[in-house]
Formats: sequence, C-alpha cells, structure tokens
Amino acid sequence: MLFRSILAYIGVSFAAAAIELPDLPYSYDALAPSISEKTLRTHHSKHHAKYVNTANEMLKSDPSHAKLSAEKIIQDRKVRANNPSLFNNVAQAWNHAFYWKCLKPNGGGQPTGKLMGMIERDFGSFDALRTKMENEALTCFGSGWAWLGYDGKNRGHEKLVVIKTSGAENPMAFGITPLLTIDVWEHAYYLDFQEKRGDYVKAYFDTLVNWSFAEENLKSILPGHEEL
Amino acid sequence: MSSKLISPALRAALNVNSSKLNAETTKLAAAYLSSAPAGGKHELPGLKYDYGALEPVISAETMTIHHTKHHQTYVTNLNASLEKLDAAVSSGDVSSILSLSGALKFNGGGHINHTLFWENLTSKGSSEFPSSGALKEAVEARFGSVDEMKKDLGAKSIGVQGSGWGWLGYNAASGLIETATCPNQDPLQPTTGLIPLLGIDVWEHAYYVDYRNVRPSYVNAIWDVIDWKVVEERLVKAKSG
Repeated sequence: MLFRSILAYIGVSFAAAAIELPDLPYSYDALAPSISEKTLRTHHSKHHAKYVNTANEMLKSDPSHAKLSAEKIIQDRKVRANNPSLFNNVAQAWNHAFYWKCLKPNGGGQPTGKLMGMIERDFGSFDALRTKMENEALTCFGSGWAWLGYDGKNRGHEKLVVIKTSGAENPMAFGITPLLTIDVWEHAYYLDFQEKRGDYVKAYFDTLVNWSFAEENLKSILPGHEEL
Repeated sequence: MSSKLISPALRAALNVNSSKLNAETTKLAAAYLSSAPAGGKHELPGLKYDYGALEPVISAETMTIHHTKHHQTYVTNLNASLEKLDAAVSSGDVSSILSLSGALKFNGGGHINHTLFWENLTSKGSSEFPSSGALKEAVEARFGSVDEMKKDLGAKSIGVQGSGWGWLGYNAASGLIETATCPNQDPLQPTTGLIPLLGIDVWEHAYYVDYRNVRPSYVNAIWDVIDWKVVEERLVKAKSG
C-alpha cells in the first residue's frame, strides 16, 4: 500500500491509461422532445459505455497502445489495419464523447464570429452549409457520422469541409480537425424517429446543435485569431 | 412503342424457358432485352404471413416499418437508380455508369437481401429444423451439429461492426455450407460467390424497437422464427446447380 503510494507520488503509472465515459453535459431528459430520455439513456449508458468498457478491456492487456491518447490511436494507420476492433471501440468512444457536446438544450440557430465568417467564405452562406451537412448525413449508407471539419493541411489554403464517415471512422485520420458532428447510426434516432433520418437531422439543426462548441473547437486550432 | 408489347412477352418467354424459342432466338431475345429499359420494374414483395406473425421474437411494429418503409425505400431507390443507369448506358457515358455503382449495390443489395430475409422467416409454430435430409447432413458435415452452426453464425452476426448481415451460404466449389458476414447491403452472392441459404439482418433497424442495443438477444431469439424448409429448398436448388 505504501509502496504503491510512493510510486504514484513520483508519477509512475502502474495501471493502463483508461478511456473515460464522460457524464452528459445535461440531464437525460434535457433534449426532449427532439431526443427522448429513453434514447439518451440507452445511447449514453449502453452504447457509449460499451465502447468505453470494451476499449479499456482491450487496452488492459495492450501496454504499447495503452500509453497512447485516444487521438493517437485513432490516427494510427497500423491500428486501423491490424487491430480494427481496438480502433472501432476507441474511435466510437471518442466520437460519442464529442457528439454529446455538439448537442444542447434549446440549441439550433447559427454560429457567429470567425466560424460564421469561414462558413460564408467556404460555402457561400449558412444555409448552403446546413444543406450540405444534411445531405451528407442523409446519404451516409449504413452506420456513420457527418462532420464539419477544419482542413489545415495546405498552409495558406485552410478551409472548412463537410465530410461523412462510415462506422467508427473519424476525419482526424485524414488530417481534418472535427468541429461538429452528427451521429447517424440508427441507434441515435430509431426510437424517436424510426426510419425517418431526415426528421432527426432537421431536429438536430433546428433544436439541438451547439454552435458555441464548434466555435470553441475552431478557436483552439487558431490561437490569436481576430473576431470578425 | 412496340417494345412495350414485345419486351414483356419476350421476358415472359425467357422466364419460363419456353421450348417455343430455339437457342438462336433466345440469344437474340436476350440481346434485345438487354438494351431495353431496366428501370421502374421492381416491386416490394408481399409477405407470406401477417405483420404480427413473428411475435414475440419480432414485433408487428418492427415488421411493418421494416417492410413498408426500409425495404420499400430500397425498391424505390433501386428503380430510380436503374432509370439513371438506362440514361447513362444509352448515352454511352462510362463515367456516369460507374458513378451509379454505389447506389445500385446499396439499393439493389437491400432489395435482394430483404426479399431473401422475409422468405426465410416464419411464425414460431412453423419453425422446425428438419430431423433428416440435405440440410441436416450439410450442417453436420460442416459444423458437427445444429447447435454448433447456430453458435458460429450467431457469433458472426452479433460481431458485425455497424450495419450488415449474417449469412449461411453454399459454396459450390467445396460443396459445403459455410457462414459469412457482409457489410451494409452488400449482397452475398455477388460479393463472396456463396449462394445465400439463410440471412439474418443485423442492421439496428431490424431489432432496435424490440431489443434496443441488445443485439445478442435478438440473434439468439431469431432461431425460433427461421423457416428451415425454405433454407433447405435453397440448399437443394443450389446443389443441383
């Protein structure tokens, strides 16, 4: 007991770094009627929790990956190729933690500041951006996600992009920084909307989307930017 | 247009392998039909049971949405994609033809898969694994026992990441049956060469209303509503080539 305390004091970690299940930023009934309490509870305490638990189980006996951050694991091509199960669970844990913050009670509306400026520059208008994201969400065949992301790969030609991914895939793997996401796996909307994914996507933009979170995400990539 | 009269007649004749058509005419007819419009022809098949027939394993609510919404959408979008294909083929635009491949595979696969699925389901009372015959022999030859086959197919179906299907299929090359999975709506035969005998839909829409996130409960329960007669018929047909 004393020995372990000493080790902990000098910063030696003798347990694998664990992926956490974050609490929702709001109560389970806070997003109703757009997303019901039943859905949020199942989505968070069953689906998301399972990804977290499964990822941690795998990492317990995988010291080389256990010391990496979730982001590093997701961007590791070798993991995706050789250990798809680990990739799926770690990526899905990350994706869901990010998704919860993209929603808020009484959400909707439009972004402001730098993000709005970039949207108008890269898509022409907010409406055009919304239409593009809705379209990607609706044409995602099977399970997946639709993202608003920041592509900074070309110095001097940085831009916003809308991209859909399949399954657990995350655009970080392609050098795109996620700003916002919508989960279009059927479990995200089936109890409330059944097959009507379009109605769920509309409700997301009309009543749920948390643009402040997207603005914060952009700010953290562009330190020292000027407000428009 | 005369093709509106000729095409259906030719299709009917070819479909019943009419002896009135000799080989040469059959070849000409097929060539003619292949340039005739393919679009707009597919329909949602009816079910051989009521929507509530598979309860308590699969609820009437699930069956209704699954059949009248999901499967219908695949049929509608398949027809639309085929009409676009007609236009692309007529104009000889290879790029356009190829750009439709995703939509064709998704919607065509969805139509094929769901048609097979409805047919291999039946009410609890009518689901009985045959005590003798080709299916029992094939299962025992490949898996040792029916329970082992269910364990194998069950585990594979449960393990599909995201959307997809679990399949029992016939491998014409080996003469054995085997299990497989396909992602999304990728159809078994075009994707793997296996002839489909039994399909289990593990898209979340197949079980979410009844089982929510607990896919294993759905897969474990579905054995009670499998129409093994149909599975055996498919096997016998596959073996006869």
